[in-house]
This record gives sequence, C-alpha cells and structure tokens, in this order.
Amino acid sequence: MGRTLFDKIWDAHVVKSQEGFPDVLFIDTHFIHEVTSPQAFNGLRSRGIGVFMPDRTRATVDHNVPTLDQDKPIKEAMSRFQVDTMTRNCRDFGLELYGLGHPYQGIVHVIGPELGITQPGMTIVCGDSHTSTHGALGTIAFGIGTSEVEQVLATQCLLQQKPKRMQIRIDGRLRQGVVSKDIILHIISRISSSGGTGFFVEYAGDAIRALSMEARMTICNMSIEMGARGGMIAPDDTTYNYLSGRPFAPKGAAWDQAVAAWRRLPSDEDAEFDRTLQFDAAGIEPMVTYGTNPGMGIGVTGHIPTLEEVEPSERNSFSKSLDYMALQPGSRLLGKKLDYVFIGSCTNSRIEDLRMVAEFVRGKKKAENLEVWIVPGSKQVEKQAIQEGLDQVFSAAGFSLRGPGCSACLGMNEDKIPAGKYCLSTSNRNFEGRQGPQARTFLASPLTAAAAAVTGCISDVREMI
Amino acid sequence: MNRKEFKRMVSAMVPLPAENVDTDQIIPARFLKSTTRTGFGENLFRDWRYDAEGNPRKDFILNDPSRTGKILVAGKNFGCGSSREHAAWAIADYGFAVLISSFFGDIFKNNALNNGILPIQVPDAYLRFLFGEIARDPGVELAADLEHQFIQVLPGGDQQPFDINPYKKSCLINGYDDLDYLLSLRPEIGRFEAARYPG
Ligand code: SF4
Repeated sequence: MGRTLFDKIWDAHVVKSQEGFPDVLFIDTHFIHEVTSPQAFNGLRSRGIGVFMPDRTRATVDHNVPTLDQDKPIKEAMSRFQVDTMTRNCRDFGLELYGLGHPYQGIVHVIGPELGITQPGMTIVCGDSHTSTHGALGTIAFGIGTSEVEQVLATQCLLQQKPKRMQIRIDGRLRQGVVSKDIILHIISRISSSGGTGFFVEYAGDAIRALSMEARMTICNMSIEMGARGGMIAPDDTTYNYLSGRPFAPKGAAWDQAVAAWRRLPSDEDAEFDRTLQFDAAGIEPMVTYGTNPGMGIGVTGHIPTLEEVEPSERNSFSKSLDYMALQPGSRLLGKKLDYVFIGSCTNSRIEDLRMVAEFVRGKKKAENLEVWIVPGSKQVEKQAIQEGLDQVFSAAGFSLRGPGCSACLGMNEDKIPAGKYCLSTSNRNFEGRQGPQARTFLASPLTAAAAAVTGCISDVREMI
Repeated sequence: MNRKEFKRMVSAMVPLPAENVDTDQIIPARFLKSTTRTGFGENLFRDWRYDAEGNPRKDFILNDPSRTGKILVAGKNFGCGSSREHAAWAIADYGFAVLISSFFGDIFKNNALNNGILPIQVPDAYLRFLFGEIARDPGVELAADLEHQFIQVLPGGDQQPFDINPYKKSCLINGYDDLDYLLSLRPEIGRFEAARYPG
C-alpha cells in the first residue's frame, strides 16, 4: 500500500518505536519565542544540562513586542522583562536570536518560510499552536507545550503518538474576490472547531495546487482552528520556486539534490487516509465569522443561524457567544459598523497579503468611523512593503503601517482592541477577549478587511472589484 | 523531575458545561508574561471569574466557596486553541487534578499529562449523566481510578472505563516525565542525527 506525505516524513524521523510507547520523533527544526520558552530554559538550568543541538533551534521575539517605536526600550515592564529574558537565555545556551532590530526578526511562522529555514520533508515544532503554518511547504509541523519545548532543547526529540490522517480535497476554481483565507474559514465552518481533533490534515486538489505559497500558508496556519494537530500540502514547483535563493535554502548542487529528494515526498496515488473530505472551490463565498470560535463563520451575504437552526445541545454555547458579540440570531452581518480593522498575524501578514490590500485601496480612503492597523509579519515584509511603495498607498488611505509582531492578534502588547468595540481582523482567533478584554472580533480575509476599511462596515468585496 | 504519583482519587466535582472552552479563556494572554511556572491559579478563568474592576462574578462556579472539588467536569472540546502550557499550570495550581470532558484539544491534553493532571475522555451521554448527578447533589463524589482505568460516581455507580496510553499511564502512576526517558536516549539520538545528516 502507498504511503502518505505525512507517513513518509514521520517514518523518516522515528528514532525509536516500541509497542505501547509513543514514537521517539526527531525534530529537524525548533523555533522558539519569548512567551513559551522561559520556563523550559529554567528547567534545563535546574537539571544542569545544556541545549543538545543548538544549531537546530532558532529564536525570535514576536508575541510581546511593541509595534511602534521598536528602536526604543520596551515601555511595558513585564514585556521588556520577557524579551530581555529571551536575550539572556539565548546567550547562555548559545542559540541564534533574531531579536528586535535584527533584519530577520518577525512572527515565528512568517520568518521560518521566508528565510528558507522551513524546507520540505522536515519535522518542525514550536511552542505555538500555529506552527502548522510551516506545513504549507510539505513539512510535519505542529505546536507543543513548554514541557515539550524543554524536551526538544534537551534532546532534539519528542515522544509522539502518530495521529490519524485526514485528506481535505478542494477542487475547482475560486470565484473572484474569494481567497485562501475564505477556503479555510469555509472548511472550519463546515466541520466545526473540533472536527479535525486527533488528525493531521493534508490539503490537496487543484484549487490548492493553484494557490501561491503564501496563500497555502494561510490555509495550513488555521488547521489548528479545526482542532487538527497540523496541516500540510505536498511540495511542488510552487514550493521550490518560492524557496530557491532564500537565505537558508540549499545552494548549487545541494539544491538540486534537495529538490530531487523533495520530489519523492508527495502522497502515493494509492495512499489511504483515515478520513477524506471534499469541497468545491466554486461554492465558497467571502467568509466572515460572527461568534467566538473560528467555526462560527458564514458567507458574507448570509445570516447568522437562528436558534432553531442550531443543534439543541449547542444552543447554550451559541447564545452565550452571540451575547458576547452583541449580535442577534438570524441577523445579517453585511453593513455591520466596525471600529477597527486589523491586518496582520501569522495568518495574513505576508507580503502578498499587504499587496492584496494595497492594490484594493490604492486611490481610496479609509472610512471615518474606524482605525486601520497594518502590522507586517516580519522585518523583511516591512522592508519589502516600503521598497514597493505600499507604505505610501497605506498612508494615503489613512492606514497606519506598524512594526512587525503578533500585535492585536492576541493583544499581549499595547495593541488591544478596547472593550465592546468591533474589530474585523485577518488573524485566526475570535475567542472572547483574544484581542483585548471584552473585544469583539470578526475574522475575514485581507481582501474583505480592505473593503471594510474603506466602507467602515462589513461589506461584500465582490461588489467592489 | 519527579512529580506526585497518581493512582486513584476521590473528590467532589466542579461542573463547567460550556463547550469549546479555549485556552485563552483558561488563562488570558495578558497573564502569560511570567517566566516561572507558578502562581497562574489566581488567574484561572480570569475574565469569567472577575469583572473588569476585579470583583468576583457571583454567578461563576469557581466563586462558589462550597465547590472545593479537585475534579473539573467540562463541556465538549475543552482546552482547544493556543498551545500555552500556562493553561495546564493554572489548572494544576488552582488545585484540579482530574479533568473530564467528552473531547479535549490535542496539545492541551499533552500539556495536562505533562503536568500530572489526568484528562479523562468520556462519551457525550456519560458527560451529560455526570452533569445531571452534580445538579442533583453538588457534593456527590467521583472516584477516578487510574490504575484500573475507570471512573465511578460514589457510592456504587457503574464503572465507566477510559482510555489512556500505557506509557503515559505509567508516567503518571510513577511520577515520571518524558524528559527522564528522552535524556537516557541522547547517545542514540546523536547517532540518528549523524546518519540522517552525514557531513
Ligand atoms: S500572530 Fe497570533 S496566532 Fe500567530 S503566533 Fe502570533 S499570537 Fe500566535
């Protein structure tokens, strides 16, 4: 029987496999950031051991960093302490750190691919659930907890039970105004925020093949929002063209060798999955969420379910969610007034996202009633945006382009959405309080965000292009 | 690092029927700035427990002083979302040792196990039954027997079996963690890397 992409990579990384035990899985690349690593370093200290393979861990600061005045000391004392602790830990343990001001600094899931550190066939982990992003390049990439961060630092391995395999096929052509964020929001709205639990997902089908590398990352990024351990896409020429020439990608003969090996990774024709789902790309609308988990999404012209349309066992949670959002069952979102638009996060802060927004808003102005924050995913994205003059387009439109970081995706720095305010966000989570205590989040694509920025309310971008 | 050994416990339960409780609710991001593993219990379910001024919300279950159980019974898909282990630390620090739900977030489940907390997955119907039992008698006790892998409402309820990976079970029972085992494999891991990446 044929093997899946997932099986091929997994099997090649098993150091030891024993009946009744989880597999000992070798990790090629480990990313760390300032929030989920300090306790792991403390653990190493208390055991008196060092990092086993320091070249295999790369560090950056992203969750806590301010997005204004990044060249000045961090104002918020606790954030500053956490960033300083990261610097000290990397120095003490001999790890490379892309700290504030470093040209490679940025959101951990943005910098890995863009620097060419993330390569097909790798196992990649990080103390962050959106590590699934890296799967877009044909890797097994998943989020871990801090105890596991400590295990990887100490041994470059993890004990893991092999998850089940799911294939999600998306075939057909996307309609105009519909982008990869809409695909993933659509899928999650259909299978719910727990529909993928216990599975590792491979996305396939011609709609996926037609996507750019960065658009694929958006899809893999949100795999965790359906509960899946991770998501991945088989590498192809799109992947190789994207990687070629990036700082850490192999060069010369090593590149040719690597590509030859990567070409053997895709799932065999006769590979079997534990579960297969299919979607038609042409049936996907621009999506927007209305509730407090990413599975609560609808087409932008649709209506929020009525109480009768919700399973009886879920009505309580549904009502609680709508109370939090101050929305009525059965109502429509089109025309809903907004207070903020946030374009950023590891889901949608790459250069293509910024280009997509800039192209739409060129020559237009933001609506009076809201603020628009654009937070690039990395220093490299910021630099590129400035080189291409996107910053000019944004400032002419009245948007503010900030420095790179996680920012209002989780509101650990100053970028919080105030209580009770509505934010349309290109990030990945609309949980209660995610963007700030009592903040209300609508998730959508960068294109829908751009449209909202111009109209001041939730809008159907298809009518504006 | 040796943890407390866990074989069997008997305790009252604290019901939290909400579904899809994500780790942002268990411990909001603004409390993740600490660099130690302790003290998170204070902020467990912070925004459900306290209002904006920091006053306890009377209607939230953890603010009911009669609820002292060490077993949290939660709605489906508990612990989804962010990988933050702080959620498990907050739960352990608050004093919960066993979690029962019909579904757990994958990463959270691992984090719980790595912190000596036992997550027990039960069928939806049994979960509903438990909520019913607690509603009938808030003080009703549950026995969680890890060694024989069942839970049972006391006195004399039917034994409800649960699954757990045999390795994880032995870790909990003996108070070991994964790192002890992995460290013993360092030489083997070094050889694996050398063979995988020659030169
Ligand atoms: S951008 Fe948001 S989701 Fe992504 S790593 Fe940062 S906090 Fe997590």
